[in-house]
Amino acid sequence: MEGVFKGDENYLNLEATELRLGLPGTNESSVTKNNKRASPESGKKIGFNGDSAPKSGDPVTAQPPKAQIVGWPPVRSYRENNFHPNKSESETGIYVKVSMDGAPYLRKIDLKVYSGYSELLKALESMFKFTIGEYSEREGYNGSEYAPAYEDKDGDLMLVGDVPWEMFISSCKRLRIMMGSEARGLGWGA
Amino acid sequence: MAYSFPEEVLEHVFSFLNTDRDRNAVSLVCKSWYEIERWCRRRVFIGNCYSVTPEVVIRRFPEVKVLEMKGKPHFADFNLVPDGWGAYFYPWVAAMSVAYPLLEEIKLKRMVVTDECLELISKSFKNFKVLVLSSCEGFSTDGLASIAASCRKGEGINFVKCDFMVFCYLIRLSLVSLFQFVHGLLPLFTFFDLRSKLCKVQFRNLRELDLRESEVEDLSGHWLSHFPRSCTSLVSLNMSCLHSEVNYSTLERLVARSPNLRTLRLNRAVPLEKLPNLLRHAPQLVEFGTGVYSAEIRSDVFCNLREAFSACRNIKGLSGFWDVVPAYLPALYSTCSGITSLNLSYATVQSSDLLKLVSHCRNLQRLWVLDYIEDSGLEALAASCKDLQELRVFPSDPFGGEPNVSLTEQGLVSVSEGCPKLQSVLYFCRQMSNAALVAIARNRPTMIRFRLCIIEPQAPDYLTHEPLDTGFGAIVENCKDLRRLSLSGLLTDRVFEYIGAHAKKLEMLSIAFAGDSDLGLHHILSGCDSLRKLEIRDCPFGDKALLANASKLETMRSLWMSSCLVSFGACKLLGQKMPKLNVEVIDERGPPDSRPETCPVEKLYIYRTVAGRRFDMPGFVWTMDDGSERGFT
Repeated sequence: MEGVFKGDENYLNLEATELRLGLPGTNESSVTKNNKRASPESGKKIGFNGDSAPKSGDPVTAQPPKAQIVGWPPVRSYRENNFHPNKSESETGIYVKVSMDGAPYLRKIDLKVYSGYSELLKALESMFKFTIGEYSEREGYNGSEYAPAYEDKDGDLMLVGDVPWEMFISSCKRLRIMMGSEARGLGWGA
Repeated sequence: MAYSFPEEVLEHVFSFLNTDRDRNAVSLVCKSWYEIERWCRRRVFIGNCYSVTPEVVIRRFPEVKVLEMKGKPHFADFNLVPDGWGAYFYPWVAAMSVAYPLLEEIKLKRMVVTDECLELISKSFKNFKVLVLSSCEGFSTDGLASIAASCRKGEGINFVKCDFMVFCYLIRLSLVSLFQFVHGLLPLFTFFDLRSKLCKVQFRNLRELDLRESEVEDLSGHWLSHFPRSCTSLVSLNMSCLHSEVNYSTLERLVARSPNLRTLRLNRAVPLEKLPNLLRHAPQLVEFGTGVYSAEIRSDVFCNLREAFSACRNIKGLSGFWDVVPAYLPALYSTCSGITSLNLSYATVQSSDLLKLVSHCRNLQRLWVLDYIEDSGLEALAASCKDLQELRVFPSDPFGGEPNVSLTEQGLVSVSEGCPKLQSVLYFCRQMSNAALVAIARNRPTMIRFRLCIIEPQAPDYLTHEPLDTGFGAIVENCKDLRRLSLSGLLTDRVFEYIGAHAKKLEMLSIAFAGDSDLGLHHILSGCDSLRKLEIRDCPFGDKALLANASKLETMRSLWMSSCLVSFGACKLLGQKMPKLNVEVIDERGPPDSRPETCPVEKLYIYRTVAGRRFDMPGFVWTMDDGSERGFT
């Protein structure tokens, strides 16, 4: 997740007195969608600015977006759709609501931006200012009051982390960060 | 006095002729040979579904068992043919369901196949064995369910074997029937019933279901469970284009009861952990396509997978490999020495991991890979895979402006140097030079298919900034057996001069963003003696060359031109002059006669046909013919 973090030591005092909308204790982090990056991917379809695989170490160089020529380069649409599996959805991203027990408002995040569970959990941790424990298949999340859970296609509440990432993205309908005693029922602890 | 062989003898002789060319030749010898041949032709290949009508095919070849047919033009793969253009299979299957009840195989490419078609297939052809749908569309998993369900053990009656036993029964029956005179019909039914009980013959049913890269409306994975328990005849199943999850135990059971299964290509939704069980049930597999090739890295999963692969001693081809976790690639190593075909074109892995895998495959003949392999990987490939015949390198980021990997012309040059059997190339790259092309041409004069796509249109030689005419000229001059060529980069009319002069065996040519004038097209049409398919986009080719070479078009299967400079007037003229051609104008801006005659048409598709104009055209397609006014409102 890339955000524009203004929260370092020098700003802390100002931040405390600032009137903002946001959950208590959150930093001013920008929306995670890549729209905010200065260099839109050139040559992408019109209206689509994000990319499905964030490149590491990409220098922020301003490039005029190329108008895409239909059918060029001659890559079969079948191949495009299968290589980037969510191409058809990629224009909008997979936004899911995230609720945290006790918080006044929910947030929304784009699951497509993350490449795996660790990134997602880190993002949640920083968004809601809490720590998730260590994941193990047997015991769920050990070592914290919180457990990340999600509601799947069938409406069941599931623990985050059990299924492969791709499968998770396609079946997750909303996220819920559960707290305390309720969280234990999901495999936290004994 | 000419002696002629009896028909049966000639038929037997003809049964050794397998190619259409040979069969067409014998049918020209004399009328009786024509007759004999047409009654014993079993396979029909129709390269353009609109070149002939089903009725004409059925009339000439009354006993066809295998139909192979292609529909839309090749550029449909790149979204250049608007939806609804045509290539509907329904009229064919409707006619054949009546005329060819014993049809066994249907193989289609780029056609629109609906669920109704699939249902009709499953109902009409009792002996149906093979369905291959390559780049087709229009059907859903419901249609697949009806195909699967039709895979039943058919029952028939072998009359020849039956006769003696039936004769005895008939004697008994006639005595019995004297007493059952009132129930006159009853003995008749009993008679047939007994015959069928005596002489049941099992028809083996569905052998191949191959959905190769088709676009399927994927409603659910449930269709797979429609294969009845009695279906044990599967030889090939390719469901890699589907997205939905299938029930794994259903899949396992199907695989387990198919002892003849040679080809199994799973779809992406099948997780890695399920592979070992599937492979254990089918150690005889020759071609295997994995599902998603990633899982949490666990040694028990790895060992399981590795053991399962090592039990498969016949694997020659591997594909699939979506989302590869490199740590799991070594599980395949036991198969590598036998591998001749490897499709890693979805595997987003680094060059070093690709290399490790590929260098184990000493007998590799065909490699499809992403440009992650980079020049270094191709160099290593050239060093270790001396049997390589076909290489396809696909772009991992085709729409990105900047190169994301270190793959240049050098990779292809290395492979052309190191692989003496290389004959078929599809290569996407971002830079090319005349020097490299000349080197490739000199290294590999045995090249048969050469398709080069330099991603930036009209990119010049990056060293000299000149057009790439010389380079491609060297290709056609040295590679005398070249059958297929795709051009790219900055090209003038000169390259077409070279092609017209040298590419005498060229059958298919693809051109984009190239040439200066009509002269370019003229060189091609007047020089390329073997040309069958020509597809052109975004080139400044206009009326003159086309009209001057009109008769050439009758010797070709088809010509596609889009975003060129052919005027509506020229199209009309061509349509009038050449009754054996269908000249189709595809224009989404509205009727061409609402614009001046000199206005260039958007897209033009010309093909030879004996069927006359077609009547299933959508609103944006017009056929130019003698009564061209008929086409317009």
